[in-house]
Amino acid sequence: MRNPQLNAKGELQHLLTIEGLPREILIRILDTAKSFLGVTEREVKKVPLLRGKSVFNLFFEPSTRTRTTFEIAAKRLSADVVNLAISTSSQTKGETLLDTVDNLSAMHADMFVVRHASSGAPFLIAGHVKPHVHVVNAGDGRHAHPTQGLLDAYTIRHYKQDFTQLSVAIVGDILHSRVARSLIHALTTLGTPDVRVIGPQTLLPTGVDRLGVSVHHDMATGLRDADVIVMLRLQNERMRGPLLPSAGEFFKAYGLTPEKLALAKPDAIVMHPGPMNRGVEIDSAVADGTQAVILPQVTFGIAVRMAVMSILAGTTA
Amino acid sequence: MNLPLPDAEALVGALVRQLSPRVTPETGIIGIFTGGVWLAERLHRELGLVLPMGSIDISFYRDDYAKSGLHASVKPSQIPFDVAGRHILLVDDVLYTGRTVRGALNEIFDYGRPASVSLVVLVDRGGRELPIAPQYFGATVAVPERSMLVLSRTEDGILTLQLERDA
Repeated sequence: MRNPQLNAKGELQHLLTIEGLPREILIRILDTAKSFLGVTEREVKKVPLLRGKSVFNLFFEPSTRTRTTFEIAAKRLSADVVNLAISTSSQTKGETLLDTVDNLSAMHADMFVVRHASSGAPFLIAGHVKPHVHVVNAGDGRHAHPTQGLLDAYTIRHYKQDFTQLSVAIVGDILHSRVARSLIHALTTLGTPDVRVIGPQTLLPTGVDRLGVSVHHDMATGLRDADVIVMLRLQNERMRGPLLPSAGEFFKAYGLTPEKLALAKPDAIVMHPGPMNRGVEIDSAVADGTQAVILPQVTFGIAVRMAVMSILAGTTA
Repeated sequence: MNLPLPDAEALVGALVRQLSPRVTPETGIIGIFTGGVWLAERLHRELGLVLPMGSIDISFYRDDYAKSGLHASVKPSQIPFDVAGRHILLVDDVLYTGRTVRGALNEIFDYGRPASVSLVVLVDRGGRELPIAPQYFGATVAVPERSMLVLSRTEDGILTLQLERDA
């Protein structure tokens, strides 16, 4: 079966997951993002590429950072942006979801940016829309968050240049993290030789080692000589049943403190996709320290989303 | 197809002679990727311009994006001087339809409002589709419609012109 994200010519038609995307497509997105970064430093921070196009932000799950950066990215491409926050309290799914999409398509939507609590919802939409409409996954369930994975990869490349020499440690709640999955796929596709996941057994998905990562339950071994540390948020809202003794216990074992950071390389960078829980997964001294690149991640995220949207909108089915 | 093509190096020399009485320490120069950047680098050096040169990739301003999509490799545009109020030389290798220059002008104006923009090209091959004309050009060459005039640069930095058949 053809990758549902690619058209017959192998070009990117939708961005649903990083898994299975060829390396050249990832590199093209990162390179294009670099060109967009300069646009945001000019007097007029806009280019006319998506003039006349309508981008619908379809958020079935709350989000501030991701929705805002998608909105800014679309506006800097001169698109018209419509934001829809749709409550999932009644678990609207299936037919209802596609009916919503049909109605918005009738308003001449050219692109849907979709966040949904159910894994696979953006795939369902991508398989349903007309050929000229593009879908970007802005996070589906525990499955994927491809633009976050790409902006993390962009940040790593910005500070460390070459993926093929790096040790990257991803720490914390891997089980519930679509960010971790997307980043792992991006890193392995881009040739990172050493990707480690660190966390308690209860927060690591079974079979995570099959993704090409090494598994650690101890920060002392997992962080040793790492070039990049990616801290993840404890996703209490997705936890079903007790997976942890307490947030305090978690911080003691897996919270990133200056002492634990010292185990990594002296020039290691610290990343976090946000929102941060200070004192739960990361100490304030680290979050506000010189090795943190958490705010640059947000800035790069706009350029990466501009790149994704402009590549998609220029692809025909 | 054996059209006699001018020597690109001689044309660079001709442009330097035309431009040298006109430039000042305040003049800004901007090349359009890729050939225009090569030419701008030469002019920048041989005219002894003081300000660092700019380079722009007009992919974000192309008028055929809806038809052809985003170019596969977009290079970052950089204008490392203040555009506002400045006299600017905009440099490209070959002037044809004028659409690239239209995109470049739009991009420059997104950096600020220049005092003036003069267009400098190595070769004007005619075939304009927009009301755009060069202020400085090395030569005019009549090129058959289905052919492309292409500037290339050797490892030692020598510029040459070639004729390529359009696919």
